[in-house]
Amino acid sequence: MKWQMPKKLFGLAAAGLVAGAGYLALPQKSEAQSGTIRIAYVDPLSGPMAGIGDAGLKNFQYILEEINNKGGANGKKLEIVPFDNKLNAQETIVQVQKAIDDGIRIITQGNGTAFAIAISEFVTKYNERNPGKEVIYLNYAAVDPILTNAKCSYWHFRWDANTEQKMAAITAFLKDRKDVKKMYLINQDYAFGQGVRDLALKMLKERRPDIEVVGNELHPLAKITDFAPYIAKIKASGADSIITGNWGSDIALLIKAAADAGLQVNFFTFYAGGTGGPTAIKQANLANRVYAVGEGFANIDHKASQDFEKGLRAKYKVGLFYPRGVNQMRMLAEAINKTKSEDPKKIAAALEGMKFEVFNGGQGEMRASDHQFMQPMYMASFGPLKAGLPFDEENTGWGWSVAGKVDPKDTNVPTTCKMNRPS
Amino acid sequence: MAELIIISTLNGVLYGMLLFLMASGLTLIFSMMGVLNFAHASFYMLGAFLGFQISQWAGFIPAIILAPIIAGGLGALIERYGLRTVHKHGHVAELLFTFGLAFIIEETIQMIWGKLAVDYRVPSFLDFSAFTVYATNYPAYKAFMLLFSIAIFIGLIFLLTRTRAGLIIQASLTHPHMVGMLGHNVPRVFMMVFGLGTALAAIAGAVAGAAFVTQSNMAALLGPILFVVVVVGGLGSLWGAFVASLLIGLLQTFAIASDWSLSKFLGGSFTPERGTILYDVWTVTIAQIGPILPYLLLVLVLVFRPTGLFGTRDT
Repeated sequence: MKWQMPKKLFGLAAAGLVAGAGYLALPQKSEAQSGTIRIAYVDPLSGPMAGIGDAGLKNFQYILEEINNKGGANGKKLEIVPFDNKLNAQETIVQVQKAIDDGIRIITQGNGTAFAIAISEFVTKYNERNPGKEVIYLNYAAVDPILTNAKCSYWHFRWDANTEQKMAAITAFLKDRKDVKKMYLINQDYAFGQGVRDLALKMLKERRPDIEVVGNELHPLAKITDFAPYIAKIKASGADSIITGNWGSDIALLIKAAADAGLQVNFFTFYAGGTGGPTAIKQANLANRVYAVGEGFANIDHKASQDFEKGLRAKYKVGLFYPRGVNQMRMLAEAINKTKSEDPKKIAAALEGMKFEVFNGGQGEMRASDHQFMQPMYMASFGPLKAGLPFDEENTGWGWSVAGKVDPKDTNVPTTCKMNRPS
Repeated sequence: MAELIIISTLNGVLYGMLLFLMASGLTLIFSMMGVLNFAHASFYMLGAFLGFQISQWAGFIPAIILAPIIAGGLGALIERYGLRTVHKHGHVAELLFTFGLAFIIEETIQMIWGKLAVDYRVPSFLDFSAFTVYATNYPAYKAFMLLFSIAIFIGLIFLLTRTRAGLIIQASLTHPHMVGMLGHNVPRVFMMVFGLGTALAAIAGAVAGAAFVTQSNMAALLGPILFVVVVVGGLGSLWGAFVASLLIGLLQTFAIASDWSLSKFLGGSFTPERGTILYDVWTVTIAQIGPILPYLLLVLVLVFRPTGLFGTRDT
């Protein structure tokens, strides 16, 4: 009789879990301030990906400080207001709703395509139902092509190159790397990771059909604390290179496990530059074997951006992860100044098709047909800091150096977007 | 292939031993109180954070000694002044108590150390590769973790079966009234067992935290799998917990190493159209479903052997 109790208890515990989750969902407090233009930053600020969310927040705070020091937008200061989405789709919408209830009409988010799609769809519906109170969504890092293709929205603008563009840049770079013969694909098991895998398979076939794909792995997002079993498998496959779209702790821990096992391969990555990544690469002693694709790096020879980098590092002790974030906020400020209005409807109209001198130099354009920003891309490799380069990462003494530049025309992938514009 | 099997076995056994350190305490506490301690994984997390903090002040060796002592002491105090009072009101109250405790520990840890992962590193004197299997290095720290957890396992078995204290604990678990009649202080024995159980979880945390990631969600990631271990092994059975821990550790590690899918198994005789549900079912590899295999095992065990592998009573 005594031992039958726990059965009932499990039911109670389940009820308790729900109640507990409800408690945790209580919104954080943020105060409305007059005289500022507020932007809601909806990203993970707790949990395994909090390292990325936190560094991004600091990036944006500094970006806005710089804009505010130059007079802000429309004579007002810009302010970023953090909302923790706990890397959870439902929580993301709760937090966006909370931001809107708070009177915020500009949302920015980047980590996690699934959440980006949720926001884009939510904002689009919200705007249909609430004419005159439109909300605009600025996407700085969610890169699933679907957001500017099948599921494109007039209210969504993306400053990061999408997966297809990034993979185009990586495979363009691989064209001349004849030493790469056996490729292993390891990605996170959700829309983005699967997209990276599919595009890698497709584009490798087109541009480097001689490369043999010896492994194709999907692992759970942000749940693995020890990648050793995966590294053992990669080792057994005989791969000489890896393509991975992993981000946040998933890339840092992957490289850390490679370091522990002594795996010496090339890593062609989207996000090896994130928190913990550089430290792991140094530990693995993978000098100049880890590559990252991006729209900008600290050591690009361009004075204005290097000065900016110096200021950010002095103040927040982090490097600039998001040169695209600078483009995004500067363009937002320009749109507000140009229209003399904070109305998202007018901002959106001004952003569409806007041409802009990008952060690291060169011409960029917010493509009107799908709201995808077109910009120069770089491949950078990580290794002992070369002479004359000013910035290392995470105090390792190693830094990024540009290994190749890809012009916008080479990443100008077509779109299937049929944009539904408000009348 | 041999390389993959040897490395996967090492990884699987290591993971299994860490699970065992935690599951052993959980199963002991269950034997004693008849209630699953929901806060058990939180003590693992507490051990990792205490280990991190003490290693910052005094170095790694004091950390892995002091962290379990502090966490175990805290566990004993919680039993003495919390659970024992709640015990009067029955199992529901006890269970809810441990459930609330898990949240309190998590929030407290977030308040003290923040929500980001802390920089808890492998000590430099263990940061080298211990040996090489074919061409794969095995880190010294992992070898240390393995030997350390095996040593604790042996020590625990010795304590429970060969010492007077262990005999009293065993007797108290099954016949508390008789032990009480013989003049032993049974509530104190319960307090010691709770303290010991939480200390074991904290040891696992202090050791594993340095190798993996020390952050405030590590309890939530590990909690569910711990219950699987205890149920599969048989509630209250130490040997069961040991076997189930190793089984699940190896199962998960080898699942990752495997590339088998239905389509490969059937030799590609039939390929469903891409984009359909059938295609997904057809091509999903064992590596991808690895994380849910323990739960599948849990369901199967509950259906076919509700007592667990080594248990003597219904779950």
